[in-house]
Amino acid sequence: MGIRLNVNGVVHELDVEPDAPLLWVIRDELNLTGTKFGCGIAACGACTVHVNGKAMRSCSVPVGSAANAEITTIEGLGAGALTTVQEAWIEHQVPQCGYCQSGMIMAVSAFLAMNHAPTDDQLAAAITNICRCGTVPRIRAAVRALAARKDTGAP
Amino acid sequence: MMTRRKFLIGGATAAGALIVGYGLWPSRRLARANLLAAKSGERFVATWIKIANDDIITVVIPHCDMGTGIFTSLSQMAADELDADWTKVRAETAPADPLFANGPLAEGFALNEENMTVDSIPTFLRGTAANSLRIIAEYMDVQTTGGSSSVRLTGVYGMRIAGAAVREMLVKAAAARMSAPVEAFRTEMSRVIHVASGKSFGYGELAVEAAQYSPSSHPKLKTKSAYKLVGKPIQRLDIPAKVNGTVHYGIDTKLPDMWYGAIRISPVFGGKLVSVNEARVAQSRGVKQVVRLDDAVVVLADRFWRARNAADALEPVFDNAGNGDVSSKTIRNLHLTAMKNGKIKQDLSTGAGADALKNGTLVERIYNVPYLAHAPMEPVNTTALYNKDGTLEVWAGTQDGLGSRAFCAKTAGVHLDKVTFHLLPSGGSFGRRLPGQWNFLTYAVKTAMAVPGVPVKLVFTREQDMQHDFYRPNVTSRFKATVDKDGMPVAWVNDYTTAHDPNSEAHIFYGVPNQAYGAVKVATHVPTGPWRSVEASWHGFFVESFIDELAQQANRDPVEYRRALLKGKPRHLATLNLAAEKAGWGTPLPPGRGRGIAMVECFGTVVADVAEVEVTDDGALKVHRFTSAADCGMAVNPDGFKAQMEGGVIFGLSAALYGEITIDQGAVVQQNFPDYEIVRLAECPAIEVYIHESYAPLGGAGEPGVPPVAPAVTNAIFAATGVRIHELPVKNHSLGKAARQSTSL
Repeated sequence: MGIRLNVNGVVHELDVEPDAPLLWVIRDELNLTGTKFGCGIAACGACTVHVNGKAMRSCSVPVGSAANAEITTIEGLGAGALTTVQEAWIEHQVPQCGYCQSGMIMAVSAFLAMNHAPTDDQLAAAITNICRCGTVPRIRAAVRALAARKDTGAP
Repeated sequence: MMTRRKFLIGGATAAGALIVGYGLWPSRRLARANLLAAKSGERFVATWIKIANDDIITVVIPHCDMGTGIFTSLSQMAADELDADWTKVRAETAPADPLFANGPLAEGFALNEENMTVDSIPTFLRGTAANSLRIIAEYMDVQTTGGSSSVRLTGVYGMRIAGAAVREMLVKAAAARMSAPVEAFRTEMSRVIHVASGKSFGYGELAVEAAQYSPSSHPKLKTKSAYKLVGKPIQRLDIPAKVNGTVHYGIDTKLPDMWYGAIRISPVFGGKLVSVNEARVAQSRGVKQVVRLDDAVVVLADRFWRARNAADALEPVFDNAGNGDVSSKTIRNLHLTAMKNGKIKQDLSTGAGADALKNGTLVERIYNVPYLAHAPMEPVNTTALYNKDGTLEVWAGTQDGLGSRAFCAKTAGVHLDKVTFHLLPSGGSFGRRLPGQWNFLTYAVKTAMAVPGVPVKLVFTREQDMQHDFYRPNVTSRFKATVDKDGMPVAWVNDYTTAHDPNSEAHIFYGVPNQAYGAVKVATHVPTGPWRSVEASWHGFFVESFIDELAQQANRDPVEYRRALLKGKPRHLATLNLAAEKAGWGTPLPPGRGRGIAMVECFGTVVADVAEVEVTDDGALKVHRFTSAADCGMAVNPDGFKAQMEGGVIFGLSAALYGEITIDQGAVVQQNFPDYEIVRLAECPAIEVYIHESYAPLGGAGEPGVPPVAPAVTNAIFAATGVRIHELPVKNHSLGKAARQSTSL
């Protein structure tokens, strides 16, 4: 019993089963509801968070496996300020219902940290999140604009 | 007489009449509105419009935000008439209270539909007419968001009127202060300015006095040339909160000491719960209670994942309500039998109708579209608290807050006054959260009533959401046409299956002299409901596929063939031409590629799409490009309108390529996204959207982008391969070289 979880720089001691999904621990134990439930089987990406900087679909990550890792959720992404990715999302008016966008932004941010100027094909191969409203054309446009900028990279 | 439901959900087109407008609240209603929805330092000046001391104007929207941008476009319409400083305009959701019903707008719209205008109402009765509409509204539990109607109804007949009326009231207040005539003032950037002296007042300082005046139901409205906000691509008000995770959707509701519910519903629709193995979860950590419902079982626990794991372990047994043998195949046979032997209810007939089939060459085709799930990204969910004093409080995202409140009251068997309903933003809806489809409210209220005093949050897993939806119907449609020596249609006879009434969306805008339509009812146990673009989602595919086949048979270019049938239809012709021109219709393409065109009118908007596809010899399909042209009269927010069209292409493409809900042993086969694919970045074509302004009455935006997508793609596939697809989705068809000869008709 007792799992140490470092989320957005805050360490929590949690009394939860090690096989509890990280998503639900983040949402229901820590009340960080920006991370969303979409499918429960890592198929849609709405629950994407960063685990040690890597994009992970938290609905399918047992919390025990993330103990002591550095976890970042959408709430902790920019440390109080908007990131370049979030700014691009506003500039390109990406979200519609917005429900998938936390996961999209987390997935794209981790990807751009590794590849500052991806091609469309590289982006499409890396980002397989689902948006039901159909914002993918604008996501592509926003990432193209980021890729064309020199200061991309700060996730 | 148009029924309310038909009107609100099924869509209708505006008839270009003068604006009658909504009867704004008389000033005595403001006190109650302030009690319900005004914070300290702000007050309502008229219906939907609050002005605070610090000049912040809040437009209180009688709709839900499900992502279509209406909070912004409706605020633009009110703020423009109000001459407001846009940087000080906010939007918020109206309470689910009869005072904020939007039903009267529908009534006003219906009046206009019947070509009733302000001029047709005697002057001395005008106020009464408007007032009676308001009174009707207060007894109508309608606050719907659907039918692509928010801008067309609430905007045109409500927000503009309210904004203009409030502007006049603010001017009156300034005039009274200066003892000057109202003509001496102008308004700009949230200030009333005395023209001669230059003295000015902020809206905030005039608000209290302005609220004393009665709002005019027929205030002077701006003409188009005076718009400062309407027609501009203004950034959406809701987007900043949607990039940092701070929007509070229904699923994010959390109350002290709340229990979480996971549900298992009978896989076969309507099946009754027979047994559960409660012993398997009795010792599970956090499990509080198992609630048995008629056709479902809910596990309540202190955390959602514990409830869900316990629900998985329960092994519930349901009966099959006599539907255990129903499959997609048996339903298909029902359709074909009904088409052949069933009683076809005749709908519209023009010219000689079906009798005209006697002359000319007969062409006959049958098409089919499958059931589809809405699958919004936020699975349906509801939080409910049934108090021991018999009051009920409910939190959810639905497409009708006030209707949901009445529905919960009815479900609980309590008076409306005992129920509070908190309408929250929806993570997508697409029709899923409209009235008639509120199984999530029903289960949550019943569960809450089993544990009085405990707040319960019931969340459907994706599997439950997908298997217990109200699906876009599976529809079969048959066409018979005769053509003249040039291959142009002379008779057009279309019969199709329906669960309800005939659909006006089957009626074509093409100039065919003899037309007849009929619908045959087919009843199944599969629940169906409106799905983004409703009837147009199937008739669009049927009509635009068949017209393409007629063009093919006539050896004529599909665009040119359609043009020849659009005499007297300037909006349609212009939209078709715009799409064709921008897509480079007729210019050479690399081998393996083809273009297809389709055009559909629904919810007052005409959309023409050109799809450009590539099919390889081994049958791999890639949709490279979509060119959309749309005539919505005028776009209130052109960028927001384009976003809806782009989203419509992706939504329509997902359905066309992959979308299919199938039935086996009475239950839905698909469970989650791997079985119900959505177009992602990798399959996302290049999309261009062009707006054609015709100054027709404002058309809808949320839905009209969807219907032309599937036929544009299948017509393009035909152009590329010679394979004609009569049944969706495309994924079920072989498109490779080997399959091509055998499948083309």
